[in-house]
Amino acid sequence: MSIVIENLTKKYGEQKAVNNISFEVKTGEVVGFLGPNGAGKSTTMKMITCFMSPSAGDVRLDDLSILNHPEEVKKKIGYLPENNPLYTDMPIVEYLRFVAEIQGVEKSKISSRIAEMIEMCGLDLEKHKKINELSKGYRQRVGLAQAMIHDPEVLILDEPTTGLDPNQIIEIRKLIKKLGKEKTVILSSHILSEVEATCDRILIINRGRIVADGSSETLRKQSQGQELLTVQIEAPDTEVKNELLALDSVETVNPVEDKEGFFTVQSKPDQESRKAIFDLCVKKKWYLMEMSGIETQLEDVFRDLTN
Amino acid sequence: MNKIWIITRRELASFFDSLIAYVIIIMFLGFTGFFTWLTDNNLFLIGQANLQVFFQISFWTLFFFIPALTMKMLAEENRSGTIELLNTKAISDWEIVAGKFMACLLLVLIALACTLPYYITVSQLGSVDHGAIVGGYMGLLLLSAGYISLGLFASSITNNQIVAFLIALLIGIFFQLLFDIMGFSLRGGVGNVLNYLSMRTHFDSLSRGVIDSRDLIYFFSVIGVGLTFAQAMLSKRNWQS
Repeated sequence: MSIVIENLTKKYGEQKAVNNISFEVKTGEVVGFLGPNGAGKSTTMKMITCFMSPSAGDVRLDDLSILNHPEEVKKKIGYLPENNPLYTDMPIVEYLRFVAEIQGVEKSKISSRIAEMIEMCGLDLEKHKKINELSKGYRQRVGLAQAMIHDPEVLILDEPTTGLDPNQIIEIRKLIKKLGKEKTVILSSHILSEVEATCDRILIINRGRIVADGSSETLRKQSQGQELLTVQIEAPDTEVKNELLALDSVETVNPVEDKEGFFTVQSKPDQESRKAIFDLCVKKKWYLMEMSGIETQLEDVFRDLTN
Repeated sequence: MNKIWIITRRELASFFDSLIAYVIIIMFLGFTGFFTWLTDNNLFLIGQANLQVFFQISFWTLFFFIPALTMKMLAEENRSGTIELLNTKAISDWEIVAGKFMACLLLVLIALACTLPYYITVSQLGSVDHGAIVGGYMGLLLLSAGYISLGLFASSITNNQIVAFLIALLIGIFFQLLFDIMGFSLRGGVGNVLNYLSMRTHFDSLSRGVIDSRDLIYFFSVIGVGLTFAQAMLSKRNWQS
């Protein structure tokens, strides 16, 4: 099931929380929403899930519009809201049954769906506890279980891994990857490595607008202009910096703080300076202890785009 | 209809799980029992085989107890954010409100059913006007339904249960008492309208065993208005600013 978002806008008074966003998500794609706090990630998700109606624009799931067929749209979406609100006075199994009934799961299938969800989300040991007796990580699993109980074609997950320990995070990521093969998934996060690990495609949102769209490699390549190297040179004299700067291909040289003999070297656009640095060391009889390229991290891309 | 029942069942289960149901039923039976059978003004002293005393006490007891039932209904969902869960499931705002309304009404019905021994006792004591008693119970049920719908509205406009409780009482006291008093002191059209708005006018005529369509229309209108407003507050998130 594909999702088409067209000129989606949400105003709170004068402020535009989401400003004319358009994009398309194809079936089987896992899309990550990245953005600083207050960028409009959650608001966009709330509009897709019919919690709020947009000030302008439309969202369509295949042919169903959120404006005309909210009931059918809601049936096809599994949603894990931010902060994961739950009826804490209910036991897990009762709660899942309640959600399954509301979402219109067939009576005969409810019990088997609940068993499947409990298995899938690793809730077996806790299944008879009330939700308010659970730790945060387990509540998050209940939140995921309730989102998936009616086997929706679309999953919208607002920060699905908050509050989980590293093992659980890896499990949930695996689960999302697995689900993403058949389902359309949109998840938001501010953990960049997580988005990188789980998503086929990344959307970076800032101040209500999409500022970048593509796979993590494309985004990284886009922002990676000049070659950047870290070198460590052991040399008797202190002229290393100036000698390096004198090389044709080098643009800037910065000593690394608190580390003797370390330098960050930036080459001029479209030029390469590894060989030149090596040759220089040989000529001067310096010891080249280390030389490695610095790859642009998604963090840098993110910071560039949202600052 | 099915969806409404799912909500009703959950809310009823939560009443009984959290002991609210037992507290309310025991307190209701305690109050009405005490005043009906044990005080100065009790049924034996009046010497008539009817339940007028019980109906008058219930009239006030329910007025205070119902806001305690309705206060958490939507306010708690607003506070904890679970309203977002409900609103994004395949269920309409109307079904949510109706489900919660039914749950409160069923609890009141259970409490009232527990007073049936009063009726049986009285009918053993003398010849009873069965019509008046049926009318009285009907009046209590309709009155409760009215206050429940107003209480749900009060609960829908806030995320604080205590505020919801107080607003429900504030709205309720007009229907319970103030319209009645103002209706007496004002003459002419305004007085008549206020008189018509008072719950007491309609409740009294029902509890005398007179089932008049005007009274029924009145109660159903109050219920309808309360529920419509509560639903409108739920849908408010979709209004454009």
